[in-house]
Amino acid sequence: MRYLEIVSFVKDPEYDWPGLCQRLGQTFRMTVQLTWPTLDLEFAYNPARGQYLSTAMLSKLLEIRNPAATKSLGITDLDLFIPILTYVFGEAQLGGTVAVVSGHRLRPSFYGLPDDRDLRQERLIKEAVHELGHTFGLLHCPNQLCVLASSTYAENIDNKGTEFCAHCQGLINDALANPQTWPRP
Amino acid sequence: MNRKYRILVVDDEFSVRDSLAKWLIEEGYDVETAEDAEAALKTFDAGMWDIVLLDIKMPGMDGLELQKRLHEVDPDLIVIMITAYASVNTAVQALKNGAFDYVAKPFDPDELCHLIKKALRQKSLTEENVRLRERVERLAGRAEIIGDSPNMKKVLELADTVADTDATVLIRGESGTGKELVARAIHARSNRRYFSLVPINCGALPENLLETELFGHERGAFTGAQYHRKGKLEMADGGTLFLDEIGTISMKTQLDLLRVIETKEFCRLGSDKPKKVDFRVVCATNRNLEQAVAEGDFREDFYYRINVFAIHLPPLREREGDIPLLARHFVTKYANAMGKEALASSPEALDLLSSHRWPGNVRELQNAIERAMVVAQEGVIRPTDLPFQLTSQRLDQPGDTLAAVECRHIQAILDRTGWNISRSAEVLGLDRATIYNKIKKYNLRN
Ligand SMILES: [Zn+2]
Ligand SMILES: [Zn+2]
Repeated sequence: MRYLEIVSFVKDPEYDWPGLCQRLGQTFRMTVQLTWPTLDLEFAYNPARGQYLSTAMLSKLLEIRNPAATKSLGITDLDLFIPILTYVFGEAQLGGTVAVVSGHRLRPSFYGLPDDRDLRQERLIKEAVHELGHTFGLLHCPNQLCVLASSTYAENIDNKGTEFCAHCQGLINDALANPQTWPRP
Repeated sequence: MNRKYRILVVDDEFSVRDSLAKWLIEEGYDVETAEDAEAALKTFDAGMWDIVLLDIKMPGMDGLELQKRLHEVDPDLIVIMITAYASVNTAVQALKNGAFDYVAKPFDPDELCHLIKKALRQKSLTEENVRLRERVERLAGRAEIIGDSPNMKKVLELADTVADTDATVLIRGESGTGKELVARAIHARSNRRYFSLVPINCGALPENLLETELFGHERGAFTGAQYHRKGKLEMADGGTLFLDEIGTISMKTQLDLLRVIETKEFCRLGSDKPKKVDFRVVCATNRNLEQAVAEGDFREDFYYRINVFAIHLPPLREREGDIPLLARHFVTKYANAMGKEALASSPEALDLLSSHRWPGNVRELQNAIERAMVVAQEGVIRPTDLPFQLTSQRLDQPGDTLAAVECRHIQAILDRTGWNISRSAEVLGLDRATIYNKIKKYNLRN
């Protein structure tokens, strides 16, 4: 039985969790399990940058994930970075099993705008689908409306849809139909 | 088809290399990484690259030096410098040395994304310009092959037939018959036309220089080889290599070329690492290669390798019918170039052109017309406007004195050599002083 494991590091119930689980379950045609581990994320903290290394979060996810899960998605509200970039919205193990997304830069208040829960939820769904798409081996899509289009700033995320374009959907369908091509959990 | 762009990331810090490579791969690029200049040069040599992202500060050879080396090998390469701190001076130096731009790490994702797209747009514009220029040259080149005579039509037919195959072509014909034009026509009609035709005149270079030109060299391969350099073989990759005056190359170079043509591999001078190349070979010669083989002056195996499909270009005297056509073509060409009106040729002048033997073939005709366009008066090219050697053939009469014949002959030779005294002396079998005396005696003028 394939299932998607969502590992939430977000303490406060700011997101519509059932809504998120339903959307991801539909998109990837899997059941979804939500877990709330108690875990100190300070191991990923970089004092010089004042941010958290997303790559370290991926390694930790690989350690703590349920090996029975098909894919595991971490969700955090911490500000993520990779060494070469000033920030990232998330990171995935390309063609692997784990991904992480952060709501930190998805909330409008980060940009000095009034908060908008619906907008933030929608951005989180898009970034979650996007990063999970990477775990199926998909690369960025030149179709600007496709959820796999690369987004380098928040308004960029708003420009694209929550769905895969026909091409990327085809790739996802192929991947789902051929589990033997998936990496061993 | 949209090919994947290839990016080489050079940085001594693992985390930078790794995260940058991963990010670029997700963006859809083909990415490889190198941890220092040495590894970078190796990786660079092993493939074709669109962009190199280069850390300025590295132990050993730094980014600035490496950038110079890379541009030495590929002047069109796009190099983006990565700097750890805003060291403006170094970055400015990099820009002066030809870097496309620089970014300070960590980068803003949007900034990096834009920078790379901008770089690729510039690259495709450069490539498009090259393609356009080649297209113009190709059209011009094709227009230069003028000929309506059955001989010439046959040549163009053969060129058309062989163009689409990958067969090696040997173009034979006297000097000045336009062998390079035929090579260009073949390339222009082949599947390789979007890559370069790389010509090399083997007769113009001494053996060691020819080898360097062909094979390129590694740093330190010989005194003065400060950087490694791409040879013509590499430049022709994907396209056509045109070896003009193939009959002049040494036995050693013949053997080296034979190996390359057969294995499609070669090593730069000073290296034993083979590189793969894929090009089509077109050769040209005015030499009797069969005789050269018989005399032991040309390798038989090499002869058979290059003589797969031969095209004989007839000398101009065997296509008299094309002379008026060619004359008109060159008149128009030089009229345009000189900003003059195209002149008509008088029937006498045409008659003279048609009856000349043209030892220098089309090139000689072209030069004759160019000269006539300069000296002609009253909008018509007359026999007197044609070079002296043309008229002298006609003017020699049984009743002429020896002195008159000598005078005309020396003038003709001087004209033919462009008043090069040494060469004229050689042709005439006289010493230079005698030539000067004759010029004075007959009051000859350039
Ligand atoms: Zn992505
Ligand atoms: Zn897509």
